Amino acid sequence: MTSEVARIEPLPAAARPGLLSAFWQGRTGPVLVVALAMVALWYAGAVWLNSPWQYDVFQRQDVEWTTTDLVRETLNQDRPVLPAPHQVLAEMQKTILEVAPDSRRSLIYHSWVTLSSTLLGFAIGSLLGILLAVGIVYVKALEKSLMPWVIASQTIPILAIAPMVVVVLGSIGLRGLIPKAVISTYLSFFPVTIGMVKGLRSPDPLQLDLMRTYSASRWQTFWKLRWPSSVPFLFTSLKVGIAISLVGAIVGELPTGAQAGLGARLLAGSYYGQTVQIWSALFTAAFIAALLVALVSLVERLVLKRMGVKP
Amino acid sequence: MARNGVERAVDVRDLSLTFQTADGPVYALSQVNLEVKAGDFVSFIGPSGCGKTTLMRVIADLEQPTGGNITVNGVSPQEARLARAYGYVFQAPALYPWRSIERNVALPLEIMGLGREERRERARKYLELVNLTGFDKKYPWQLSGGMQQRASIARALCFDPDLLLMDEPFGALDEIVRDHLNEQLLQLWDKTGKTVVFVTHSIPEAVFLSTHIVVMSPRPGRIIDIIESPLPRERPLDIRESPEFLEVAQRVREGLRAGHSYDE
Repeated sequence: MTSEVARIEPLPAAARPGLLSAFWQGRTGPVLVVALAMVALWYAGAVWLNSPWQYDVFQRQDVEWTTTDLVRETLNQDRPVLPAPHQVLAEMQKTILEVAPDSRRSLIYHSWVTLSSTLLGFAIGSLLGILLAVGIVYVKALEKSLMPWVIASQTIPILAIAPMVVVVLGSIGLRGLIPKAVISTYLSFFPVTIGMVKGLRSPDPLQLDLMRTYSASRWQTFWKLRWPSSVPFLFTSLKVGIAISLVGAIVGELPTGAQAGLGARLLAGSYYGQTVQIWSALFTAAFIAALLVALVSLVERLVLKRMGVKP
Repeated sequence: MARNGVERAVDVRDLSLTFQTADGPVYALSQVNLEVKAGDFVSFIGPSGCGKTTLMRVIADLEQPTGGNITVNGVSPQEARLARAYGYVFQAPALYPWRSIERNVALPLEIMGLGREERRERARKYLELVNLTGFDKKYPWQLSGGMQQRASIARALCFDPDLLLMDEPFGALDEIVRDHLNEQLLQLWDKTGKTVVFVTHSIPEAVFLSTHIVVMSPRPGRIIDIIESPLPRERPLDIRESPEFLEVAQRVREGLRAGHSYDE
């Protein structure tokens, strides 16, 4: 084919998308609109939910008030039913940026406590999940004997299991990081097992026959075929696993009366009616979860690129 | 031509294979007798379900026969497989998508424990043989279907087996690419002196390539004719217009028709 035939005429100027339509057709526009709508809904909800208490206040003070007064006051209560976004942001700014990171009042300090058990639990859970999957795929008896237990383990509410784990491990002298990591492990091994069983079984019959024609050992078939085939499945599972590891770590902090961690912060907030504190801890947890998932996605992209996967 | 002093690359005696299925037994192969001499190019041709792929898989020790005897290079199919006596080319390229073309071709060498330098050298050599020089660093998805299948042929050849088993390797390709690859395959066979067993359901392909054409028929899968081709080893594409070629094709077609009428 000559270049003259293949050349594509540039679009006439009029047909080129303008800045505004690019904004709407791209992702920025819709994402921004949804975010703004949620913030607006939140503010409306704050006014609505906090107004009964505010009516009482106005009545007791016996003052004349306008709608403007009502809105202003409901959005700036000390212990609102639903804190307004700017209150949460202000609290987060104070406890993340202004307080020294090693202080008990710092969210960075509490986040680190939770994050360390999240990461430990995630690492152990992922490893356990992979080992279980390999066992299930390679040993026929294990599939029948192990899989029901794996599934049953996830039907029990974690809130019921967590206190027992803490008590049992506490009685043998394990406190602090380990019990929380065990709860994270308990939650995060499951998606990895399920994903990896599917991944390790994903090579098609021809690819497996090929290994047989070379008289490859089981070990070679595993490393050169089943393992690389399962990598995309592994990362999908790891993304779920790391998010629920964080949930596990937070849940693990609730029944123990833990002094530190985002869970402890949530619990303390609810004891003292500090709703702003609860919400800022919640948002910090959500932010950390998003960050962790994004990190796994980044590693996934790098690994798949190295494996030459079609972009 | 024959290595290890074995004259017969494949020797099949009264071979049967019955699959037990939920709907009762399926007679995939029944009383099959076949002899493939070293250096032959033998094609199995027949309609779907005639057992041509199954017979090939029995030779490769990917299926177990339920009756009869078979030897490959003078030993059992299992021993032949363990000795890596054959290279198998499947209907699909079955390249591993996470490996570059060079590393795909070198896969059997890696499994056999060859060193890095030798693997690279051999992979390059066989990629050159199938006209894929310069594509060694590409990944499978970057190649066309025909190029992928050529890479899979290089992979089957690179550990230098005496026997090449090809199961409809060009079935999914268009006519033009197919002609081209058929020509290349003949040259390759001529150059290397290997024994080739080839499964196809295209009459012109079978006649163009083979020294012997095995006509098969379904239900039960069996051999109804073995035709020895009178065509010379050297075959340009336009040999397909010659009277000898058409005569062989006619005989194959008659064989297929005879086998088919048994069905109705």
